Amino acid sequence: MENGIPDSQNPKPKPRPIVRIGIFLISHNVFFSVVCCIGGILALFLLPLMAKNTYISENALMPGSANPMFSRYDAMEANKLVKSVMAMSLKPEETRIQIARLLAQRMEESGAEVYHHKFHEKISQFRPLHFFSDTPYTGSLLQNTSATRGLNTVGIIRAPRGDGKEAIVFVTPYNSTKIELNEALSLGLGYSVFSLLSRVTWLAKDIVWLAADSQYGEYASVAAWLRDYHTPVFDGPESKENPTSGAGNTDVFRRAGTMAAALVIKVVEKHGETEKDTLSIYAEASNGQMPNLDLINTVHYLAVHTQGLRVKVEKVYTLLNLAWLQVMGQILESVSKVARSLNPQWKFGMPAAEYVDGTATLASSLYYQALGVPTGSHGAFRDYQVDAVTLEISPKSFLNNEGRRTEFLLRGGRLMESVVRSVNNLLEKFHQSFFLYLMTSPSKFVSVGVYMIAFLLLLVPLPIAAAALYSSSTKDNQVPAFASTAKPGVLKSWRWLHAAKVVFIIHLWSTIVSLLPSLIDHIPEMTPTNNILIWASSSIFILLILYSMLGSPYSYPTTSGSRNSEWATLKSVMIAVASIGLGLMSIINYATAQIGAILMVPMCLIVHPLRLTGRSGNLKDFLLIACNLVLAVIGFPPAGLLVIKGWSEGVGGLNVGDFWIWAESLWAWNSATYLYVILIHFPCWVLCMHILLHPC
Amino acid sequence: MTFLQSILFSILLLQLYFVNSNGNDEEFTEELLLKPLPDRKVFAHFHFDTKTPPSKTYGHHHRLFPKAIYQLVQKFRIREMELSFTQGRWNYERWGAFDPMSSSNAKPPGVELWAVFDVSSDQVDANWKNLTQTLSGLFCASINFLESSTAYSAPAWGFRTFSGKLRYGALPREAVCTENLTPWLKLLPCRDKAGLASILDRPSIYKGFYHSQRLRLRSNEFSLDVSAEEPGIVLEQTLTVVLQPQSQDTRSIYSDGRLLHPSWSISSIFGRAVTGRCVLANLSTIFVELESGLVSGLSNLSVDLEAGRLGAYDLGSEGSWSNQGFELSVKPDRVIKEVNSSQGKSFSILYEYSVDKFDDNEPFDLGFIWKLPVAWSCLHSPFHASRFLMGSGNQRGSIAISLRSTGSSGEGFINGGGIVGDVCKVRVDIFQVVPWYVKVYFHTLQVYVDGKPELLKDILEKMHVSPSEDRVSPGVMEMILKFPCSVKSASIVIDFDKGFLHIDEYPPDANQGFDIPSAVISFPDFEPSMNFLDENSSTKSPMLLKLQEKNPVISYTEILLVPLATPDFSMPYNVITITCTVFALYFGSLLNALRRRVGEEERFLKSKAVNQTRLLPRLLAKLRGKQQEPTQSSPSSSSSPLGPKLIIKIILVAGVAIGWHYYTE
Repeated sequence: MENGIPDSQNPKPKPRPIVRIGIFLISHNVFFSVVCCIGGILALFLLPLMAKNTYISENALMPGSANPMFSRYDAMEANKLVKSVMAMSLKPEETRIQIARLLAQRMEESGAEVYHHKFHEKISQFRPLHFFSDTPYTGSLLQNTSATRGLNTVGIIRAPRGDGKEAIVFVTPYNSTKIELNEALSLGLGYSVFSLLSRVTWLAKDIVWLAADSQYGEYASVAAWLRDYHTPVFDGPESKENPTSGAGNTDVFRRAGTMAAALVIKVVEKHGETEKDTLSIYAEASNGQMPNLDLINTVHYLAVHTQGLRVKVEKVYTLLNLAWLQVMGQILESVSKVARSLNPQWKFGMPAAEYVDGTATLASSLYYQALGVPTGSHGAFRDYQVDAVTLEISPKSFLNNEGRRTEFLLRGGRLMESVVRSVNNLLEKFHQSFFLYLMTSPSKFVSVGVYMIAFLLLLVPLPIAAAALYSSSTKDNQVPAFASTAKPGVLKSWRWLHAAKVVFIIHLWSTIVSLLPSLIDHIPEMTPTNNILIWASSSIFILLILYSMLGSPYSYPTTSGSRNSEWATLKSVMIAVASIGLGLMSIINYATAQIGAILMVPMCLIVHPLRLTGRSGNLKDFLLIACNLVLAVIGFPPAGLLVIKGWSEGVGGLNVGDFWIWAESLWAWNSATYLYVILIHFPCWVLCMHILLHPC
Repeated sequence: MTFLQSILFSILLLQLYFVNSNGNDEEFTEELLLKPLPDRKVFAHFHFDTKTPPSKTYGHHHRLFPKAIYQLVQKFRIREMELSFTQGRWNYERWGAFDPMSSSNAKPPGVELWAVFDVSSDQVDANWKNLTQTLSGLFCASINFLESSTAYSAPAWGFRTFSGKLRYGALPREAVCTENLTPWLKLLPCRDKAGLASILDRPSIYKGFYHSQRLRLRSNEFSLDVSAEEPGIVLEQTLTVVLQPQSQDTRSIYSDGRLLHPSWSISSIFGRAVTGRCVLANLSTIFVELESGLVSGLSNLSVDLEAGRLGAYDLGSEGSWSNQGFELSVKPDRVIKEVNSSQGKSFSILYEYSVDKFDDNEPFDLGFIWKLPVAWSCLHSPFHASRFLMGSGNQRGSIAISLRSTGSSGEGFINGGGIVGDVCKVRVDIFQVVPWYVKVYFHTLQVYVDGKPELLKDILEKMHVSPSEDRVSPGVMEMILKFPCSVKSASIVIDFDKGFLHIDEYPPDANQGFDIPSAVISFPDFEPSMNFLDENSSTKSPMLLKLQEKNPVISYTEILLVPLATPDFSMPYNVITITCTVFALYFGSLLNALRRRVGEEERFLKSKAVNQTRLLPRLLAKLRGKQQEPTQSSPSSSSSPLGPKLIIKIILVAGVAIGWHYYTE
């Protein structure tokens, strides 16, 4: 509007400020990228400092406002059940049915509706695209005989004055073929709480107790029950048993409405004696989904303030011993002291030990979310939008100590009853508190608004670097383009198209590579090492075929002087595609995108053809080559996995087949991380290799 | 004089006698039925019946009939109406589904209202809306939510057969409390001050497992064929509660593992004893029923139920009455046995007590003490019906109704089920109303019989569908299905999409979800009723008459809770701020662009380029305004050395301030 006809006599009017900022950034993009990358990684290390204390968002929960009614009588009932379960015969077949019958009988005595749920073991198939679809279950069941079917026992208490719309579920898994003392204790705890809840007057929602048979795995049993609850299959052969009349039939699948919340209770024996009973909370579900923070806060508050338990969440223990982390903690502590003395309102410091603890917990939280694999059977509930956590309670003394057992059962029972009472108060489902967060301690969390900064700082230099590279490559070629009489516009865009074509071919190839394991899986009797070798060799073979069909990235019609900037165009397109991929992944699973950005962004930005830098032998170029090589090695997914495993677990026992096992576990759980690694990270690495080995 | 007065007095008395002995008078009866249930609970059913002759013959002034109800009938021309308030769910498996008591008294949680009007079809909706408002005020409940057309429906034949003039509405989320009970009790002539209603201690009845108060109105005021014998308006008020008596902690377990049922009495479950009858009542009776399953269980233990031993006192009517199985603390006035039962050999027994003999000095406190442990099961309907939601997520789902054969009425199938062709078929009627935001796709209706999908034309005999209209009317589905008698289980599945609501259509607790009211499943082939010997008193008792009526078996399914996607309720604020910002930017830029002249900036720059001044003075000059003359180049050049010095001075002052602050802390 304001720019008139550019006159060589009059000075050009300055462009708008936003455009000026853009040009400034692009011209200083190296400095800007370095600052942003370092800032992003620093922000990640500062996250434990920025963690806030947890608080109960939903006022209706009111944890601990009522005294628990769980008494010694109930604890003794639990003990009685434990004794009768442990006294069962030791033959696996009989035990399975005997325990189920005993539980069913006890549930009926409490006045609940009982039924047995039989399920098949589901074979894990390679279905990586399943996380896109709504229903996690398709396909036909194996027609196994009843001998190999798992048997869940389910009891439902109908709330006397309730309207049956919602239910609270608690799950106690046990191995029916060989039951241990700790599993018997969790059954006893579940039974005593269940029978107490059948007598209380404050019940507004129905209570469902699922005694899950974990002989095929905990997750499989819970997932099978949930599947039959939400999407039963009517179109199947019915069991041939005669329906008996009325309430005595234990084969009818009964339901209790929508589930408000779910708890998975396990009693675990820890080694050695500790000061207090311990409670470990596991919250991660598939693809990094987390339950509402309020549920964890309620459990934590009740455990610590009313029952005197010690609450733990998962930590990466190897990080606790790192020297540089402790040094960093001390530096931060002293910086915060200085800041506080300057202005007493700047309170962001914490002791160094707490900082290291927080970093370890944050790392573990980030890792488990990034992996996309649920950390317990509570993950099955998240697929149906039900908030669930796993609670592992372990007593302070050994389980054999019967005197202490009553105390332990008393505490555990009161905790469970208080949590159920809090969730019972809810009118609406959990919606007030955060769904996207990282835990830095059982009582501190970092929410999405804060941890996104670390990711965005890493992501922002990518588009700017792509724009800078593209503009520099076009500028380099403008002079010869003007010199040649060919149409300059067509020449420029043709080069960009070539780079885009290369990137597209590599991505297509990576899609094929991602689908190869489904074929390799069908080959019987293969070790993981063999599998991965076959996978690698077939991938390379397909790549060579693609190159021969569609043209190698190094072959393009050249014009004079344009070779130098060919790799720049390729790099800019690769960076653009990588930024889009990271952005998309951050919506699906933020933690994967964060860890992926840490690995990928420096690699993409630093990569430089070896031939160009190798020509001049100064220190800067030597550093550049070293960085490139290190990042190239770490960036390769199998190599990176081996490096991390070796560092955390020791060098002994490393196997090339570890990557296959890891990838197999990812796709068995329908994790989107597998797709990210193969479809976004791996092509980016291959393109970096191309640029590194570019003949120019 | 006295002789004249006494003659006049006697004439007056005779007139009163004639008036009273005329069959055409208002009547009020109160009855209570107590029944032990198989799962250690007690079923109590209060039945209050008020009748009044038609106003053509009787007039508009009533002694016993509540005026509020009479005015309701007159104003809205009601032919039949039923309003029920229920808290808790009726457990069909444990409390019975096949007896006439549960068919008429098992209601869905919340409020259910249906009414038939005696007006022309175009006025029915207006009358319904006014009726809901009136009832809402009368019973202190929010029945006025049934006024909007999205809340009620007009079933054609699926619910009752009154074509065109029936309206049905249900509110599943309505809470029932004592504020609803008090106006209901005020409709009784003696209220809750005397008679059977005086034992309704609120804490006791609201502590139960099921509580349902029902009001049923039948009138032929406006029908064309009114006969003198038929009563004009009949108001039937029933209160059904299921209570659990307090059991002793020491449960005695017998050798075969059965538990003794807890003993109870009227004062232990209600907290009070009956202190006499309501003087305005024609009939005041209490029944204790032993259902057929219990009777057969006791007779298997060779207990004689009809002739009991009198207690130790043996003072006639006040002694206890016991046999081997149980003991009643008061001797019953009469033992009524059901005859010609449809259940074959087993029959039920009623013990009748008249409350006339009891008053304040001798309160009536009936106690039931168990002696032998008995386990029995109640009568089941031919199918157990349950309904549930399938699928998860905010986009779609399915409603599934599952029918499971109980096999208990095997003989009943052959007797009750019709024979079509050469195949025995049992008929199931389904009536379901779905709110408009649950958009049901009727073409996805699928029926699975014994695990195999069946073609609809084989199973479905008749279907009436009224598809929902957004924000106007709900979706109504009425079906008649015929299943083969040997069916073990059947499922009816239909898919739906979840709709979006406007932000002001969300209720306050929007994140709980939205309710789909209960579906009504009836089995018209089966009409259980009890038959008693035709004695004088049984024809007068309205409750026994009701038990002898033939009504089809009805069962209500569960309420479904559908979680819908909720918007971020802070979005209106965000939208307002964003819109205002966008408007400000747009108008600002537009005005800016309109204000500028063409080539103004180039001319300004040309004038500046002549001066060749440096950056900072140019900035200072811009701050002071754009009236710099080209001739003022010399003073502007002298201002340049001031720039860097100024900056150094500012930094120095800031450093001193920070150091001062640090050292004085």
